[in-house]
Formats: sequence, structure tokens, C-alpha cells
Amino acid sequence: MSQGVLAIAEQLEGVFRKVTYEALSEGRRIADSLNCDLTALILGADIDNISKELDQYGADRIIVAQSPAFSEYLTDAYTTVIADYINKENPAVVILGASTQGKDLSARLSARLNAPLAMDCVAIRFEENNLIATRPMYGGKILADVALDGNPQILAIRPNSMTIANAAGAGLIEKLDTDTGNTVLQFIEKSLDTGKVELTEADTVVSGGRGMAGAEFTVIEELAQLLDGAVGASRSAVDEGWRPASDQVGQTGKVVSPNLYIACGISGAIQHLAGMSSSKVVVAINKDPEAPIFSKADYGIEGDLFEIVPLIAEEVRKLKG
Amino acid sequence: MEIVVLLKQVPATESLIGIADNGLSIKTDDIKWVINPYDEFAAEEALQIKEAHGGSVTIISVGPEKTTEAIRTALAMGADKGILINDPAAAGYDGLSTARILAAVLKETPFDLIIAGQRAVDDDNFQVGPAVAEFLGIPNISMVIKQEIIDSKIRCHGTIDGGTVVLEAPLPALFTTQRGLNEPRYASLPGIMKAKKKPIDIKTLADIGLDADRIGKPLTRIMAMQTPPERKGGRMITGDSAKAKAVELVRTLHEEAKVI
Repeated sequence: MSQGVLAIAEQLEGVFRKVTYEALSEGRRIADSLNCDLTALILGADIDNISKELDQYGADRIIVAQSPAFSEYLTDAYTTVIADYINKENPAVVILGASTQGKDLSARLSARLNAPLAMDCVAIRFEENNLIATRPMYGGKILADVALDGNPQILAIRPNSMTIANAAGAGLIEKLDTDTGNTVLQFIEKSLDTGKVELTEADTVVSGGRGMAGAEFTVIEELAQLLDGAVGASRSAVDEGWRPASDQVGQTGKVVSPNLYIACGISGAIQHLAGMSSSKVVVAINKDPEAPIFSKADYGIEGDLFEIVPLIAEEVRKLKG
Repeated sequence: MEIVVLLKQVPATESLIGIADNGLSIKTDDIKWVINPYDEFAAEEALQIKEAHGGSVTIISVGPEKTTEAIRTALAMGADKGILINDPAAAGYDGLSTARILAAVLKETPFDLIIAGQRAVDDDNFQVGPAVAEFLGIPNISMVIKQEIIDSKIRCHGTIDGGTVVLEAPLPALFTTQRGLNEPRYASLPGIMKAKKKPIDIKTLADIGLDADRIGKPLTRIMAMQTPPERKGGRMITGDSAKAKAVELVRTLHEEAKVI
């Protein structure tokens, strides 16, 4: 009989991703509904000092797999260690963040375990004791309720979709004795954009589109930085080479759900709207009063973004003192 | 170098998507069907690798008969042959079942490298690529923006949240595509003419030694579909000057919306 909820914690360079806290918090809520324990599993090279922190999000047990072999995420090694643990402990539900890493890991895990996977869940509920996951399809144009038949039920949750809740858990730490999960993948190197807020996890996103007309994104970056947010871009801004692909918001880019989304010089093509319409508050700034984005924005300003965005930044600066 | 591209035909991203009367699928009339954009990157990269290293490019797809249009487009871009698994039983399958079918085809198809889209922009599952690699027991690297083949290894630059990572895998391997990998070519007129003579092998599940029992029931079931609440236009911030508009916006966001 499978029981318990297992949350897989994701950390980068010894810092937990925000979606890890969201996964733990949602895992706690599911565990409470099922009246069972929440266990957190964390892999890494140097994680002793951060593992304990997970008890603040309701983890009853914290399983630590620490080895130099886990310093970098490698699909095969992580899949093997986590799948072996799941086969031994038999949890009913496995929950993790649908980050880039979480998507890759959950997909491979589902195949290894022959287990149902709901990718990018934005809500989870129970109907007559059956777990139902809500997930976007068609770039967010459709929300589907999905039932998962089989064990464990794997839930990869979309960043910024579930609330973080503090809950005291027993937080018993156990070391996981494991071999190193043998890998054929070899890590060569990585480069991190230091100081940048990850687009999918940002509370505020300021995006630029065709209206940037090839100019540097300086005004956008400045406002984003003031608001502790991230910079996004429309597909045309990426296609023109003004921004990297990793900044693209939309159906063929990233889907974002920040508290505040500020669209600057973005007309509002259907593919872009699919990527940002679950934002809580949307502001649009555009020269064209007929731009479709205005019909989807909570607040609109008709005008030249190069004039208005710096003025907004100035007001925000005043507000922050 | 034998290269396989996993390809899906999907509604064009500019399509308006409506829910069918059964409430469990989408309305398919009036939809323009295209190659999944991420699979288009896969086809382009396969062709570039073939041009550099020789070999052949095979397109494999699971879908209804009209999927041949998408396969034919990839053949017109320069791919050599196509295989389509067209079986009514496959229509209701989820990502894992589809991966099982693709893996069964691949067990009978020689390959050194498999390239797949990171996701199909209809189901948005991000599942098929890594799952196929798992079923075949080969490594996978996700969200690749650059690759290099050196002897019997592939070195890939993959995007991760907050940066990029460089990983190396022995061939055979599978990688999935991310925007930025390349700029897919258009099919040329001679390419389109040549594609008409290129083979597309249409098979059923039985032809590849599978049946519904062996694949098993899909593990995920769609219970309901809805369209997300539509965003409505709010108010236009007006003012005598750009400055006045900026002041009013920031005041509103701070005091009313409470988001800054």
C-alpha cells in the first residue's frame, strides 16, 4: 500500500529554488488531506547546512543524499537515486517544481517508474478522494483537469502558482546511503547569470516587444531591477535578436504568472497573451491605442514607452525612498 | 550518422482554441496544422548535422493520417524518409504511451542520435523526449541551444533556469530543442518536388509488434477542459502629460492594486 507524500527539493549552488518551497507547501496540504507524512528528498554536494530549513514548510522527514557526484544535476544519476528511493518507500504522491530541471527529471522518472505525470500543474484538489490536477494546455489557452491512475502520482507544479505556507514539521534528518547513481552524462561547465531573477519565479516581470525598435533594453532593465523583477520579451524581440530566447514570454517561450506584469511596446498577439494572462495585475504601455494588449490589461497607458517607462521608474524610486 | 527526428503535428500557435462538445478535446475544424515549432528546430538541426557528418535523417511521428502533411514538409526541408504510426488505438494516448510507441519503432530503426522538441505546443507535456530516451536506455539532454559532435560523443549546451550548462553524452543519445538552436529553413521548390518521391512508411501498432494490451491504458485521463477566465480590459490611465500618467499609475499600483 503506497502512502505518504514525497517532495523533491531543488537547489542551485546551495540555495533552494522558490518553487521548492511551493512544492513543499502544496505537498503538506496534500499530506494533510491524505492524513499522511510529508517527506522531503534533497540531492546535492554540499547541502548539510540548508537541509534543515525544509522543516519550516512542513517536512516530517528530510532525506539527504549528499555526494560530490550530485554537485550538478545529471538526469541519469538523479533519476536512478530518486527512482530507487521511491521504489523502496512507495509514496502515493511525488511532488516537485516544474523548473527546467524538474520537467526533465519528472519526465524521465515517470518512464522509469511507469507512473502517471501531470506536468506544470497550477492547482491540485481532491474529488471523492481522487486527486485531480489542473494543468494548462495549448500554451494556456485551455485548462485541463487530469486524473492520474497508478503509483506514484507525480505532480510537477508550475512556479508561482501555489502559495508558500509556513508549517512546522518534525524535520527528522536522515542520510540516504546511495551509490552515486552511475552516470554516462558528463558535466563540462556551466555559466549562471548572477543576480538575475528567474523569469518564471519573479513577482514582477517587465517585458519589451516590437516597440523597443531595436533599442537597448536599458529602460526595461532599470524598471525591472527597481521592482526586484525580471525582464521578459515578446517573440518578435527575440526573433530580432534583441533579447535571448530564455527571456521569451509566450506560447513558444515561458509562461509567467507574476503579481505584476508590465508589457511595454507589446501589441498582444494571441501567443504572447497565452504566456502572461495568468498574471495577477497587467499593465500595458503602447503608442497604439488600438493595440489588443489594452483589452487584456488592468491598467493601460497610451504613449511612448521610452518617455513613460523612465518616469515610472522615477516614481517607483521616490516611493522606495 | 543516422539521425532520427521525433515530430508531431499541432495546431498553429496563432489558432484560437475552443473546446469540443464532449468537453474533453478541442474543436478541430478551421485549425491550421503545422509542424510543432520545437520539432522544426529538431528537423533543421538534424539536417545541419547530416550536412556536416553525412548520413540520413528519418522523421518518426505518431498521429492521424493528415500527419503525413507535416512529415512531407520535413522531407521537403531535406529529410530522407518518414515513418508514421497511424492507429485509431493511439488517438487517446498520453505522453508516456506515445513514448512507448516511438521507442518500439526506434528499436527497429538504426540511429546514432535522436532529436526531439522539448515539448509539443498542444499538450505542453515536456515528457516524450526524456521518456523515449529512458525506454531505450540512452542518455538525454534537455533544452539544447548548441551542439557539437566529436567522434562518438555529443556535447550540448542546454538552458537551465538562470543560465546554461554544457554536458557531454556518448552516442547514441537524445536531445531536446530550445529556441535559439537554429533558424529552420523553408522548403525550396525543388525540395518540395523531391519530397513527393520520398518514402513515408505508414504503420499500425500491430506492424511494430505492439497492441493496446502491451501498451496498457494511458495513466493520465483528461476529466474536463475549460478555457481560463478571460482577462478584461481595465482602465486607461489618463493625464495631461506623460509625467502625470506615470504618477497616477504608480499611485494606483501601490495604493489600489498593492503590487508595488
